[in-house]
Parts: sequence; structure tokens; C-alpha cells
Amino acid sequence: MSYTVLVFVKQVPDTQNISGDAMTPEGTVNRAALPAIFNPEDLNALELALQLKDRYGARVVVATMGMPAAAEVLRQSLYRGADEAVLVTDRALAGADTLATSYTLSCCAKKIGKVDLILCGRQAIDGDTAQVGPQIAEKLKMPQICYVEEVVEVGNGRIVARRAIDGGYEVLEAPLPALLTVIDANDPRPMNAKRIMKYKRARTPSEVAKAHPNANYTDGQTVDDELKALAANGLLIHEYNASDIGADPSRIGFPGSPTKVKQVMSVVLTASEAKSVPATAEGINLLIHELISDHTLG
Amino acid sequence: MANFFKDNSDLVFTLNNLELEEIADLREENYKFASEFENAPTNFADALDNYNRVLSVVGEICGDRIEPRSRTVDAEGPKFADGVVTYHPLTVQNLKDLTQAGVMGVMLDHKFGGLNFPVSVYTMMTEMVSRADGSLQNIFGLQDIAETINFFGSDEQREKYLPKFASGEYDGSMDLTEPDFGSDLQSVRLRAWQDEKTGQWYLNGMKRFITNGCAKVHLVLARSEEGTTDGRGLSMFICEACPQLVVRRIENKLGIHGVATTELQYNDVPAQLCGKRRFGLIKYVMSLMNGARVAISGQAVGIAEAAYREARKYASERIQFKKSIDQFPAIYDMLSLMKVKLTAARALLYETTRVVDLRNGYTHLVEHGGDAVTAEDRARQKYYNKVAAVLTPMCKALATEMVNQIAYDAIQIHGGTGFMKDFNAERFYRDARITNIYEGTTQLQIVAAIGGVIQRDNDQRIAELAGLGYTGKLARLRDKVMALHARQLEAVKFVAERKDPAYHDLMARSLVEMETYIFVGLLLLRDAMKCEAREAIAERFVLDSIPEFEKRFMRVVSGDVTLIDNNRDIIDY
Repeated sequence: MSYTVLVFVKQVPDTQNISGDAMTPEGTVNRAALPAIFNPEDLNALELALQLKDRYGARVVVATMGMPAAAEVLRQSLYRGADEAVLVTDRALAGADTLATSYTLSCCAKKIGKVDLILCGRQAIDGDTAQVGPQIAEKLKMPQICYVEEVVEVGNGRIVARRAIDGGYEVLEAPLPALLTVIDANDPRPMNAKRIMKYKRARTPSEVAKAHPNANYTDGQTVDDELKALAANGLLIHEYNASDIGADPSRIGFPGSPTKVKQVMSVVLTASEAKSVPATAEGINLLIHELISDHTLG
Repeated sequence: MANFFKDNSDLVFTLNNLELEEIADLREENYKFASEFENAPTNFADALDNYNRVLSVVGEICGDRIEPRSRTVDAEGPKFADGVVTYHPLTVQNLKDLTQAGVMGVMLDHKFGGLNFPVSVYTMMTEMVSRADGSLQNIFGLQDIAETINFFGSDEQREKYLPKFASGEYDGSMDLTEPDFGSDLQSVRLRAWQDEKTGQWYLNGMKRFITNGCAKVHLVLARSEEGTTDGRGLSMFICEACPQLVVRRIENKLGIHGVATTELQYNDVPAQLCGKRRFGLIKYVMSLMNGARVAISGQAVGIAEAAYREARKYASERIQFKKSIDQFPAIYDMLSLMKVKLTAARALLYETTRVVDLRNGYTHLVEHGGDAVTAEDRARQKYYNKVAAVLTPMCKALATEMVNQIAYDAIQIHGGTGFMKDFNAERFYRDARITNIYEGTTQLQIVAAIGGVIQRDNDQRIAELAGLGYTGKLARLRDKVMALHARQLEAVKFVAERKDPAYHDLMARSLVEMETYIFVGLLLLRDAMKCEAREAIAERFVLDSIPEFEKRFMRVVSGDVTLIDNNRDIIDY
């Protein structure tokens, strides 16, 4: 049988390649100075979904909540092998903490319909909370396996997965549908040339509308025709707002977020001057190589 | 987070200034495939956008994945036991990454699952792969085998092999060299015989130095005509890996450790004829080799890029006498010369691929265009065929000698450190060394190029390039190059009129190199006109080439034949 796998992904500022102007003088993140990238562990989640597609056959649906520009991570998912993409975007969703976000994404999952498996990256590099995946599972009343390294097998309505724990791993089984959060334990496949050449044309309805800024009666018809053509070619990225997914306005965005940021600090870690070298031939060998490579020797 | 495309301003400039429009129009047959294949482009802008995007993906794979694995691949290499070659796990992972990226059938038609990209864009991938791991190119570059089957095979052979090449399921090898015949391929002995009852062909004999000889699909040059001794008795065959095709050993090489170079024994290996009998060497292998010569030039440019970057980085970090060594004239002279040579080789490489693409495009049009083919199309096909035949060997000679010089200087800039295996410089030096040997030594490239130089096959293009609207400094530099051109015509005339084959052969290398200085000088001036930041490189190249040209000119017009008479006295003393 073929499965439907839903992967939640997020577009995040690239906090791993920080430039000098990454922080504002006020100590907040300067998002304009950081390029927007695909959250790294969400790529691991997508890779796991695509491996399941390779092994068992699956329809892989990728969804994200974000600004209209987040459609780019959806296209990148399509370049890698996803079958469908869903963007949830609405000004009312702005300012969401993990509670509001997980509520919104659980509404999105219900809107998408029956899925066998939901995969999320363990955590996003902009917040590092690791809370959204588990909270979605709770809201959908699904079993969850967190910190998954690999799926051992899927069959007979059950999934067996291996997850990382302190000092080792454990293998767990859960009935489907289930939610997994995935860690950096696989090597996400590169984008595929032919899929890029096809799916670079994939658009959300608002991107199509934006390309016709002076929408009048005739342009409205043009937009409709374009949307129909995109849908017919599998190039339409579904786009939902808060009411499309049936979200309660009091539980989304800023109003639905009890978390308040009190203070953000830029912490500078100081390096220690001392360094210990094990008194073995190997330790000394390593030290000599280090001294050669920083040119103290040679 | 390294991207070997985006971090290379010269490569990005080249892609966007190569004027690929005519090539893409021909390749996509005026974009008629767009209605049939969802990934085919609808116009030139769309095609160029595809090239940029896909090159960027390959650049990222090369920078983030392949390059970090290259030291281990070089140190450990493939294994051979019980007749079976096993590639290093990291080489396998490299190939898996490239296969998943869908770039194992870059030039193949859409209908066979390929990207239908031109040679120019494919060569850019070649270059980046080689910069990341010189040895990996020897496997990635075997896409040329599929291209040869596409050109010369039957429809059945295309259907059978090409989709599996495009999907990465099949890999290939070209089995030409034998223990006794390398440069002298017309004497190849491996025997092809045909069972009279069934019509089945079988191959019997030995091949040596076969890159990736453990491949699934082999193109083999074999003697099908009993009693013949020259190139006209050779045909090309396709065979597949089977128990009768035995890998006897893998070679222990100076460089390109990641790829297996094998000795093969054919014990009545079943094979199919590819193309027509007797055309094996004179048509198909020459075409295959010319494709491979462009690819090896790309490999040379890629390794040179890696070596240059390593040298530049080291020179900027190494402090001696209280300053970084790149501030000393002796070092910045070397670094500048390396960069100028690298840029020059790249300019000639992509001018060559552009001409090869135009030749392929017009050849396809002439052969398949039916009544729509005009006399102009035929004239263009003939013209580009002629120019490709001289530029390909000129380019290989320049690029592969250049990479050796750059890799040599990269070690020199590192000093004693560069001699150590802890640094990359020595690996680039080892990997570079084969490039001016295989697919025809530099000496053979000169033999291939000299005819076109004597016949002045480049003069039309030289006139076009000289006629671009240069002003100021660029116009003065153009005049300097064209002064060399006038002297080149004089030198060519001098040699041609002597009608002395030995003197002609002795002076051939000088004449080809003189031609290269002129041609590349004009290419760099053309590029400088489009981009001001390239002016210093063009100027350096032209000014440096004047004494180099003069040295060779003096030798050519000296008429000095003493070496022909007394070379034994020197060699045997």
C-alpha cells in the first residue's frame, strides 16, 4: 500500500553563517541581514520521507507556515522529491510562539486530510525549542517518537523507528498515524536537475496574483487561467489562510501566544588559553601536526 | 557551505557571456520539446536560467560534499580482489549524490531522460567536479560514452543504453589502449570475430590502462577485418561486463587515485557492432577522443583552480619577515602569472566548447533537418567542424600544460610545507600530471592542431575578434596582438614554403603555441571589453605573450636544421 507522509518545514534565518551585522544594536536578530534558508533538520525530515517514498511508495506532502516568501522552501522540497506543497500564510499568524504555531499546523494537518505519518525536524535553528513537533502530536492525539535517526520499517499499520537517547539509541514501535521528529542523522539528497527545471515554475496563488499587479476584470480572468494551468500541470502550491484551515482566531498568532520575550542577549564565549595534550605518542603527533598547520613549526 | 559555481566569478561570467543563445536554439530545436517534456525550456532565457540553477546545485555538491571527501579518497582509493574492483565508499557516495542530482546524462536528449544541455555547460560541471576531486571526473566524465552511442549507435542501442546512462544505472569505459599500442592506435590488435551462423561478434585480446574498466558498458576498439594492419581494419563494439571480460589488475598510479585504471582480458566476450565496420578508429574513436579531450581540458582547468586557490590562500596567511608572503614581488609575480594562465586556459576552453556545440548543433540540423536545411546551414556545419578540429587540440595542449605549471608553482609557494602529504598542494601536482598524457599527449595535440594552423583555419574568428569595437587601452593591446598575427602569417609561410617535413614537425609546437597566444589574447580582450575588472588580466596576458611569441618566432624563421642532423650526437654523448 502507499502511504501519505506530511512533512512540516520552516524557512529560517541562516544563524549558522553569521555575518557582522547579524544583531541589531538593540540586541535582536537582524533578519534582513541573514539569508533565509531551509531549516537544516527539516531537510532531514524531508529526506526520511523521501526514503520511505523510495522504499514503500508514498505521497509526500510538504507544508509550512510562514510569510509568502516561504514558498521558496516548498519549491526546494519539490526539487528534492516532494509531490505536493502547502503554504499556510496570514498576517493574523504573525508573532506565534510554539503553542500557537503547533495549533495552526495541527489545523493545517486536519485540512490536508488523512495522513499516515507526520514528520518534523527536531527543532528550528532560530528558536531551538524542539516543542512544535510534540505539541502537534498532542493536539492531533497521535503517538509521537522524538529524535528519530531512522525508520526501521513500516507495515501492518505500525511504524518501527530508531531514536537517539543519551549514550545510545532505542527502537520504538507506534501505531499509525504517528508523528516523528527527526535529527541530523541522514544525508539529505541534493536537489534534482530535472525537478528543478520543472518545479521552478511552481507558484502559490498569491505569487500568481502578484505577477499581475494591476488586477482588473481581464487580469482576473488571466490569473484564473494561469492557476488552472498550474493545477493541471501539478505546479500549483496550495495556499491557505487562517480561516481556510478553520483556526480559532484567539488561538493563533500574537493573541494565541502566551510566551513573551523578556530580553535577548548577545553572549560572547571567551576561549580558554590553556590546552592539555595527552602524554601519548598519538597526542604528541596530533600536536605536532597542529603546529605545522598553523605554521608555528616548519 | 561552499559553492564551486557561485564562488567562481570567472565561471559565472563565462556562462552568462558565452552567447549560448544560438546553441540553445539549435539544441532545443527552437524549443519544440517544451510541449512534450515538462522540464524542457520554452525559450533561451528559460534555458539559461536552467543552466544557472543546475550549475549552482552541482557547485554546492562539489563544494560541500565531494571536496571534503577527496583527501580520504586519494589516500585509500579503490580496492581490487578476486577480479572485482570495489570503489571507495566515499567515491560511491559521490556518485550517488551526482546521480540523485540527475546529472549523469547531462547532454543526452530529453527523450532518453537527459537534460539536453550543451557541451559548454557540461564542461563547467566537469571543471567543478575536478576542482573538488580530480579523480572523480574520470568516472563522471564517462558520460561521453553515452554521447558516442547517441551519435553513432543504432536506434535499438540508443533505447537500450541511453536511459540507463541518464539514470546513473550504467557507467561506461572506453577501451582503446593496448599493451603495445597507445598513441599508435591504428595498430590495435584486439580481435573481433563473427560467428558465421549466428552473426554474433566476439572479442578476444588485451587492453591496458583502461579508466573505470570495471564499468557495466564498454566501447571497444577492435580489429574486425582479418589481415589488415592499419586504422581502416578497426571497428567499434559495445560489450557489457560479463564473466568472459576479466579485470586482471588495477594500476598503482602517481595520481587520480580515486578511479580504477585497469588491465582487461577479453576471452571471447560477446559484443555488438556500433556504427559501421571499418569506421571504428577513423570516425567514431576520433569523435569520442575529441569529446574526451575537451573533458580533460575541463579537468585540467578544475585542478588548476583548486591549486591556485590553495596557493593564494597560503600566501595570504603565511607570515615571513613580519608580512604575508604574497606582498613580496617574487610571490605576487607567481600568483599573478598563475591566475592569468588559469583565466587564459578557461577562456580558450569555453571558446572551444562553444564551437563544438555549434558544430554539433549544425551537424544535427543538417542530418535531420530534411528540406528545411539551407546552404548556409551546411556551410556553417563545415566551418565549425573545421574550427573545432583545430581548437580542441590547441585547448588541450594549453590547459593541460598550464595545470602542471600551476600545480608546480602552488607547491613552490607553499615551500617545504607543500612537499608534505598533510597539504593538498602535492595531490594537485600528482593529479595534474596525467592530464597532458592521456587522451593524446601534448606532442600528439600539436600533431592534430598544426594542420589547421598552417591552413589558417582560425583566421576568420581572429578577424571577428579583432574587429570588436575596442577603444583606448584595449585597442592598443588589440593592435599589439594583431602585430603578432602578422608575424605568425610570416612564420607559417616560412615553414610551408620550405616543404621539409622534418622541419615542419620540429617547429610545429612553436607555431601552435604562437597561434594560441594570439587567439587567447583576443578572447581575453573581448571579455575585458564586457567587464572592466578583467582588463588587468587581459593586459598582463598580452604583454607577457610578446616575448614568448618572439622567442618562438626567432626559432621558427631561423631555418636552423642542425638539430635534425645532430640530435643523436647530443642524445647519445
